[in-house]
Amino acid sequence: MVARSAHPADWHRQPDRRELSAAIGLTLLAVGSLLLPAGFASPALGQMPDRIVSVGGVITEVIYALGLQDRVVGVDSTSQFPADALRDKANVGYVRALSAEGVLSLKPSLVMVIDGAGPPGAVSLLNESGVRIARIPDDTSAAGVAAKIEAIGGVLGAAEPAGRLAAQTRARFEELATLKQAIAQKRRVLFVLSLQNGRVLVGGRNSSADAIIAHAGGINVADGIEGYKTMTDEAIMAGAPDMILMMRNSSSHNTTPDELFAMPAFAETPAAKQKRLTTMDGLYLLGFGPRTPLAARDLMAAIYPEAAIPPLKTANAP
Amino acid sequence: MALGCLVLTLVAIGQGAIAIPPGRVAEILWARLTGDTGLLEGRDVLVVLNIRLPRVLLGLLVGAGLAVSGALMQGLFRNPLADPGLVGVSAGAGLAAAATIVLGDRFLTGTLMKLPFAVLPFGAFCGGLISTLVLYLIATREGRTSVATMLLAGVALGALAGAMTGLLAFISDDRQLRDLTFWSMGSLGGASWTKLTAIAPIVIPLLLAMPLLARGLNGLMLGEAEAYHLGIPVQRIKALAILLVALAVGASVASAGLVGFVGIVVPHLIRLAVGPDHRLLLPLSALGGAILLVGADIVARLIVAPAELPIGIVTAAIGAPFFLWLLLRRSGPLDV
Repeated sequence: MVARSAHPADWHRQPDRRELSAAIGLTLLAVGSLLLPAGFASPALGQMPDRIVSVGGVITEVIYALGLQDRVVGVDSTSQFPADALRDKANVGYVRALSAEGVLSLKPSLVMVIDGAGPPGAVSLLNESGVRIARIPDDTSAAGVAAKIEAIGGVLGAAEPAGRLAAQTRARFEELATLKQAIAQKRRVLFVLSLQNGRVLVGGRNSSADAIIAHAGGINVADGIEGYKTMTDEAIMAGAPDMILMMRNSSSHNTTPDELFAMPAFAETPAAKQKRLTTMDGLYLLGFGPRTPLAARDLMAAIYPEAAIPPLKTANAP
Repeated sequence: MALGCLVLTLVAIGQGAIAIPPGRVAEILWARLTGDTGLLEGRDVLVVLNIRLPRVLLGLLVGAGLAVSGALMQGLFRNPLADPGLVGVSAGAGLAAAATIVLGDRFLTGTLMKLPFAVLPFGAFCGGLISTLVLYLIATREGRTSVATMLLAGVALGALAGAMTGLLAFISDDRQLRDLTFWSMGSLGGASWTKLTAIAPIVIPLLLAMPLLARGLNGLMLGEAEAYHLGIPVQRIKALAILLVALAVGASVASAGLVGFVGIVVPHLIRLAVGPDHRLLLPLSALGGAILLVGADIVARLIVAPAELPIGIVTAAIGAPFFLWLLLRRSGPLDV
């Protein structure tokens, strides 16, 4: 800014400059307004946040399912499906151990966090920073999974495709419920999270394993236990599971049926007599996203092999 | 050393996952100091003033508090192994803090629930105080403090607190269990001005009280009876030191989780450099602890950015090998 001089000659020159800048300004405004309709043509695109940090595997899965992955700049370490996510995007760390500055360093226009993301201090710092945060409730019920998809789509300005995905998920759950009704005699399933050192860590009541067993029409043997806990050998024997369910370990050694059923806890169970051990991909089984009805159907087919559970008719629908 | 601390503090404020030019950082700090609000806009300002500055200040306070606590306990027990972490004081504070994490939802209702920042530090302080007192009562018979008893009792108390923390972990749900796990590894993340206002009134008086304690602790090096005959108020010095250690450790544990090895490594380093005179040892330990923790925090938040490492991992990775080296370089057997 040029300081205003008291010299009369300068006083005369000043208005010229202002006129010139006013003219330039008006021209820019006019050109700009010509461009405006182009912007209005796709208002949804304009509103869509284009630098998303997705915290929670299920959120990332839904974003990818909606084809919006190009807008994602960072994911948390639980975002393991699809596998590209962690390969292509910055990793902001474990869902419960976020760093506020780390997340902000990706210059997000939106941070989507699943229920239980933390630590609370980091989340409240993100909140204070003015970056838009969307909290997505986590839920393992059929209605909850569909609502979760809709919530994610709503926040992303992609309500329509998300609505289709949610409707598809609902339809799949309904089909699953019909299949479930046809089951006459429910079988008992025990979800074993790990066998570290001979200690059997199982999925009890209110665990995600409990929810998927219920979706698949099984009875959770460990429903006397809250959450993921160790179960005594005797209680396992008394629980008489018809089938043992475990997560497939992609990197290392998997427990074979022979090893498992050689353990005293399992040796006398109905599952051991028929060597019924099923392993499934952990995220597919316990992710509670759009793939969950398919996972529940696969689990159902594993629990009731003789019933020849058909694939979901809606499985290959768009 | 004070200069080193200042430089490191400035580096810590300048470095982070978000690149902000040093000039801009200085500008923001200057604007804040002079109250020139015109310049205080934008994300940079928020990162510097609400994330990095409280974090670095918390690191300074926690580091200084833990290191001075270690130096105080070593002086009090006349033993180089005394450290709030090794003798179970941190475990006691940790148990109390774990109890507030796990049981807080069940038993705290109404207004108490709205004050998590007050309940956690207070609980951790009580836990630290109780374990320090129990330790002291067990180790002291007829006015004489047996260091061997103190160390063994400390190990037992630490194990007991660990077992009870394990019990809490067992009854906690998945969410609380994960909170507990990460909390036990320590972190300066989530530092805020609120946390600072909870810890500053505890650590700053501790730092101010150091001159009062230094002479007494120097006297205690001769033995309690000798110190008493020198006219040193032995019991008062002991009581004050225990209270301050419990307060500082409790507040540190509450605001940053369990951060190991600062309390034992730093006083040893300082003693190597300047000798055992507490008039120098205590303030230099404070500075050294502040430097170690702020330095470790820079590593913790830069090495895997945009994620961050728990700081306890970094301090233990630096502290434990150093501690071993300290043991190995001694020519004679350790005199416990």
